[in-house]
Amino acid sequence: MKIGIPKEVHPGERRVATTPDVIPHLLKLGFEVAVQSGAGAEASFSDAAYTKSGATVVADAKALWESSDIIFKVRAPEYNPDLDTEEVDLLRAGQILISFIWPAQNPDLLKKLADKKVTAIAMDSVPRISRAQKLDALSSMANIAGYRAVIEAAQHFGRFFTGQITAAGKIPPAKVMVIGAGVAGLSAIGTAQSMGAIVRAFDTRPEVKEQVESMNAEFLELEFEEEGSGTGGYAKVMSKEFIEAEMALFAEQAKEVDIIITTALIPGKPAPELITPEMVASMKNGSVIVDLAAEQGGNCKLSEAGKVVKVHGVSIIGYTDLPSRLATQSSQLYGTNLRHLMTDMCKAKDGNAVVDFEDEVVRGATVVKNGEVTWPPPAPKLSVAPPKPKEEPAVEKVAAAAEKPSAKGPMMAFAIGGLALFGLGAVAPPSFMAHFTVFVLACFIGYMVIWNVAPALHTPLMSVTNAISSIIIIGALMQISSSDNLIMWIAGATVLLTSINIAGGFAVTRRMLEMFRR
Amino acid sequence: MNPGLVTVSYIGATILFILALGGLSHPETSRRGNLYGMVGMFMALVATIAGITANLGILIGGLVIGSSIGLLLARRVQMTQMPELVAILHSLVGLAAVLVGYANFMDATVHFTGVEHTIHAIETYLGILIGGITFSGSVIAFGKLSGKIGGNPMLLPARHWLNLGLLLGTFWACKMFVEQSGNGGGLVPLMIMTGIALLFGIHMVMAIGGADMPVVVSMLNSYSGWAAAATGFMLGNDLLIVTGALVGSSGAILSYIMCRAMNRKFIAVIAGGFGTTTGGGGAAQEGEQGEVIAIQASEVADLMRESKEIMIIPGYGMAVAQAQHIVCEITKTLRAKKINVRFGIHPVAGRMPGHMNVLLAEAKVPYDIVFEMDEINEDFPKIDVAIVIGANDIVNPSAQTDPDSPIAGMPVLECWKSTTTIVLKRSMATGYAGVQNPLFFKENTRMLFGDARESLDAVFKDL
Repeated sequence: MKIGIPKEVHPGERRVATTPDVIPHLLKLGFEVAVQSGAGAEASFSDAAYTKSGATVVADAKALWESSDIIFKVRAPEYNPDLDTEEVDLLRAGQILISFIWPAQNPDLLKKLADKKVTAIAMDSVPRISRAQKLDALSSMANIAGYRAVIEAAQHFGRFFTGQITAAGKIPPAKVMVIGAGVAGLSAIGTAQSMGAIVRAFDTRPEVKEQVESMNAEFLELEFEEEGSGTGGYAKVMSKEFIEAEMALFAEQAKEVDIIITTALIPGKPAPELITPEMVASMKNGSVIVDLAAEQGGNCKLSEAGKVVKVHGVSIIGYTDLPSRLATQSSQLYGTNLRHLMTDMCKAKDGNAVVDFEDEVVRGATVVKNGEVTWPPPAPKLSVAPPKPKEEPAVEKVAAAAEKPSAKGPMMAFAIGGLALFGLGAVAPPSFMAHFTVFVLACFIGYMVIWNVAPALHTPLMSVTNAISSIIIIGALMQISSSDNLIMWIAGATVLLTSINIAGGFAVTRRMLEMFRR
Repeated sequence: MNPGLVTVSYIGATILFILALGGLSHPETSRRGNLYGMVGMFMALVATIAGITANLGILIGGLVIGSSIGLLLARRVQMTQMPELVAILHSLVGLAAVLVGYANFMDATVHFTGVEHTIHAIETYLGILIGGITFSGSVIAFGKLSGKIGGNPMLLPARHWLNLGLLLGTFWACKMFVEQSGNGGGLVPLMIMTGIALLFGIHMVMAIGGADMPVVVSMLNSYSGWAAAATGFMLGNDLLIVTGALVGSSGAILSYIMCRAMNRKFIAVIAGGFGTTTGGGGAAQEGEQGEVIAIQASEVADLMRESKEIMIIPGYGMAVAQAQHIVCEITKTLRAKKINVRFGIHPVAGRMPGHMNVLLAEAKVPYDIVFEMDEINEDFPKIDVAIVIGANDIVNPSAQTDPDSPIAGMPVLECWKSTTTIVLKRSMATGYAGVQNPLFFKENTRMLFGDARESLDAVFKDL
């Protein structure tokens, strides 16, 4: 089959759906690849680079759409000003379109695609399960958006991120608060941290605390019992009381921090308002807010999608095209995501992509199959993080169980042992007690000596104790001179057995100890 | 030889034995310690043999043949077979105790009366009893360790009652023996008791599964010491008593360490049947836990190359696959690249105490990069890659998180705290405890399926 990559037509879109690095992998799977001339120019991939990696470069967009069996795109199909036509109209029955589609927000587009009798795979609908991570384009893009958000913030922030002590005086480090520690949030935390800022993060899902802290950022916590984990690794809508406590926390932080990056999104809903105009007003002059949710209405009502606005001396960045602003990187990652999808869809490596509904990942991402709308898919069976019920009480319980044994046990043992010894001493003859004294003392010496043995040498310890316990041979030696023939032979056999042990035990210990070298 | 000299030689031997055990506190001094042990044994033997009046031929013959067999065994044995060798050697000590006890019983020249007689009879009886249990138990342990007998615990119905019955039987036989031996009889109760002891040894070890073997082997080690001590009491020989007590307490401490490392009661291990009471709860919540992420050998090599701190956690699987040599090669290569490779050893990894250390030493891994669990467990958050080779229960996080798990509370190596954990495993089968391991489903865990040695060979090639 032939894969066609047209140039993106959305104004300001710089990304491209495949890169020269990816093409050899696609060729290996048996596909042909055709790229529209200039498709990668904005992302710094020249036509020559595509040709060199084995793709055909086609100048005419219409011909490209016509001749391809599979279309790779970044943005959902829209009006193409160059050809003066809707991209959907360029599709023909039986074609497979792979791109971002946002089926929930674009029901009309979904219907049009169905009418065209095509198959459409939405990269935004890939189920969030472990196996699908390699083709999770949303994560790839979110990662880039988080990085770029910090860079944009730095651009509009008048100071250093890192603190320094210079000859001219002290520079305090910038304080950054990241709300929502998803992929984008974590990426922003890492970037801001590496630039030297003091980073704090908040998230409604307590399980991300560990991830945040692993990046040396501070995790802001509410004194509140409610868990925000929904299905599929996303957050859910929280209760009113929780939101109030949360808002109080943000209001307090807003007075202190220099930069706020919000990434809070709940799937299929408008973005929650987290930063109120009052909080913005309370921020220091020159502060920056980056609202990654601007397209969905914004976590801050003052932000405007696609623009930077300045309110009360605070720059509010509402760019919606952050990945596109890092076009080379995001094209590379998106192209790799698509490549992984093709590997999954073309298991035979014969150049034929199969839309296999048995495959959970392909099923989840396919929104239109041969003219039939198949969105929304059945709910994914597996959650990214298996639910961990009541982990902490469990630990406590185990610890409590471990503490239980009190001094009672040993006391009892001592008492019983003491009584037994008294009883023995009362009846036993002196000759026995002499041996018994030796025995008890030897046990104590053994106890003291053995605790000092290095655990690494436990095996040699066993073999050497085994050898010396064969000292029982002395018993046989004392009996061997007996005039009784039976006793003599029994003693002889014992000598044989124990000498195997003596020689074998010492020799194998020696052999082992020789091996312990620094 | 005059009795004073014999006693002096025995004292010398005793001191040398204590020094031999003391020497094992460090690898550097251990070789000298072993030498002390040999000298001590030699002294004791010479002093005793000097007093022998007849039948020197049989004595020398037995010594020579026995020693040659012993030396041959010691030279031939593979380091992975050490547990089997130790087990079979224990059985010999047990058998010797039984034989010496019988010979002593038949020796008509020794006579005691009154309390002394009772005590002597009980000493003889105990020596044979412990010897018998040690003998049959070690033989079964040998069979299990060498794979001649299946490793699964054999659980008879009402086995605790059976054990109790056997115990009461030995008490009854003891009473009969003490009474009858006073009149020159007593062979029948002695034989009955020997039968019971052998049966008890078999039944006890049969009921214990593969991963509890470290406890069993050290317990048998302890028994062989007590058997020697009991024989010493019987013969009135202090050297035997001291040596037996040393060995007995050594084995007992090892058993204790092993039990603690599994957070289990000694009695529970000996009674056998891991998790039979709690197993239902553990199995019920297995189910679907998430997906495992497989990884290729070449990716493992990449991960290793890019990391600074690597921790290798070997388990019984490494011994089975004989992978210790290739592990050492990989370690050397990585250390040459200034990557800090260390080994973390769980006390019950393998089939006997210290099993993994011996295997690594055989492969010439320097002992100063091999650490005990307690020494390195806190370092895991700093580790980039933790590699688990053929281990399962000793790295199971549910021991800490799930109070219903059969292994709850067992100390485990916290490898999941490292950045990435790579688990080498043949399949997704559960470990000995039969508990599913949530480690495999963690997001930062990668599975490299296949025989450990073949997988590591491939990794080594890619390094």
